Amino acid sequence: MDLKLLERKGEYEWEIPKTSDMNVPGKIFASRRLIEDMDDKVREQITNVACLPGIQKASLAMPDAHWGYGFPIGGVGAFDPEEDGVICMGGIGFDISCGVRTLRTGLSLEEVKPKIEQLAEALYRKVPAGLGSKGKLSLSISEIDDVLRGGAVWAVEQGYGYEEDLEYIEEQGRMEGAKPENVSHMAKKRQLREVGTLGSGNHYLEVQYVSEVYDEAAAKAYGLERNSVVISVHCGSRALGHQIGMDYIKELYKAAKKYGIPIKDRELACAPINSPEGQKYFSAVAAGINCALANRQVIAHLVRQVFEEVIPEAKVEMLYDISHNTCKVEEHVVDGERKTLYVHRKGSTRALGPGRKEIPKAYRDIGQPVLIGGTMGTFSFILRGTSEGLEKAFGSACHGAGRATSRKQAKRVFRGERIIQELRSRGIIIKAHSYAGVAEEAPGAYKDVEEVVNAVHNAGLAKKVVKLRPLACIKG
Amino acid sequence: MDYETFDHEADIGIRGYGKTLEEAFENAARAMFSVMVDLSKVKPVKKFHIKAEAPDVETLLVEWLNQLLAIADLEGYLFSDFKVKISQDGTRLEGYAIGEPIDKERHEISVEVKGATYSMLEVDKEDERYKAQCVVDV
Repeated sequence: MDLKLLERKGEYEWEIPKTSDMNVPGKIFASRRLIEDMDDKVREQITNVACLPGIQKASLAMPDAHWGYGFPIGGVGAFDPEEDGVICMGGIGFDISCGVRTLRTGLSLEEVKPKIEQLAEALYRKVPAGLGSKGKLSLSISEIDDVLRGGAVWAVEQGYGYEEDLEYIEEQGRMEGAKPENVSHMAKKRQLREVGTLGSGNHYLEVQYVSEVYDEAAAKAYGLERNSVVISVHCGSRALGHQIGMDYIKELYKAAKKYGIPIKDRELACAPINSPEGQKYFSAVAAGINCALANRQVIAHLVRQVFEEVIPEAKVEMLYDISHNTCKVEEHVVDGERKTLYVHRKGSTRALGPGRKEIPKAYRDIGQPVLIGGTMGTFSFILRGTSEGLEKAFGSACHGAGRATSRKQAKRVFRGERIIQELRSRGIIIKAHSYAGVAEEAPGAYKDVEEVVNAVHNAGLAKKVVKLRPLACIKG
Repeated sequence: MDYETFDHEADIGIRGYGKTLEEAFENAARAMFSVMVDLSKVKPVKKFHIKAEAPDVETLLVEWLNQLLAIADLEGYLFSDFKVKISQDGTRLEGYAIGEPIDKERHEISVEVKGATYSMLEVDKEDERYKAQCVVDV
């Protein structure tokens, strides 16, 4: 990105000055190196978002930002319904409520290491993944409606997991206001056999261990110590979320025209929050979020079964479940005034600071766990939300490493088989449904996750708690 | 080759060319399925009919591609051959796709295309040749 077009506001804060079209300035949180390498399209997209009505404070981008659809991936925008604020398709994206769930196992590295081959193989067999994979659940349309209304609560009612899991999921596992009647028949039909499937692309299931502790007190509150083994699941709302996006981009494009909202990009299709179209979309997004929460709940239960079968001493408990493609109604302070805002996070993780009522009681004094997935060969991180992050970025952080190399380029440069061998020699087992998929997701195709997380930490958006190193990774 | 893919930072672009608009649409579909699978490995077993409508020809391309993906997903199929007829005003389309059920072993699928997007969406005519392209989300 051309640094001349930005004003440096701090070591990790870069501002895109407000022009006449923009309602607020743009702001990117990143180190100098990350910003130099960042695609110029990020600046363009943040600027376009800043032009939308009712946007508050600034149009934001996280350190892992890259070129997305309407919003950049790693984009955050908060809108006030009382100031004609909008709900925008591009701010949520196609894989609604894609996110990460991390489970504790109660086991240490020493206990898991001798069984890791067996665990990886059993997880690969148990959790459906990859193109065309169908889940063990086969639902009817009316059962899908129950999923869309009930989220993870529905899954627990069906015997997938326990009541106590729910407290550790955003919205206690169920998003209010979901209306299945606002989700198309096609979207539901595509989901009939996809509940409890991982999908493909950058989605994965990983067995990891804590390789470094940065914040002892917070780690303890999250139930972690050095060498604790955890499991992380990264997936979303599958075809249903996608179909909702495809259906509503058309409706919202019409709505934007009807309400005279100037949009600079088709994928910024939006409607006023306080309009029938806006509320209809919000209720469909809420249904999509519930679909993703149910999906991760079912997968987590399959993982739990595998662990308890292979290592009977395992006690698999929820650490937390976050979503990084969402729009949530939250209270934030803007210029000293408490406001209810619709916060869009597209490829950005909610990172609420201590004291917020949304955080489970056990973590409330520490801040919300922020689960950041790395790449299969490097690291993942758990951070905690901060008060500073609430003030600077509506309580938001990065969501992953962010791609540095296109998929096409990655496929040219990397070979799936070789990557799997290399990682194995470093003690990381990869079980994949597709070699080409592994090449596209090669660790070298991503930005340095450590640099991204350090930028989040140093900017004060969230603080590092532990680093996680993979032992085994199941890819779609 | 009348179709190709192109680089996009996080996803991938697909492009079809043709002597007619119809051919460009058919080749764009080939380009999209070529992201998932080597098309020569997909046998012509079954035909699925498709109808689409849109306010303009660009949106019609996105509709066409997304309907193909929805049917492929729903039926568990991959497609390799396509035929369309497009109305004079470029707002209506009828056609079909031919392919076979996914065979994980034989097809060696690389990645799932989840949707066609409006990003870098273009349908136009250059030097007597039609071009239809967009970025697909994977």
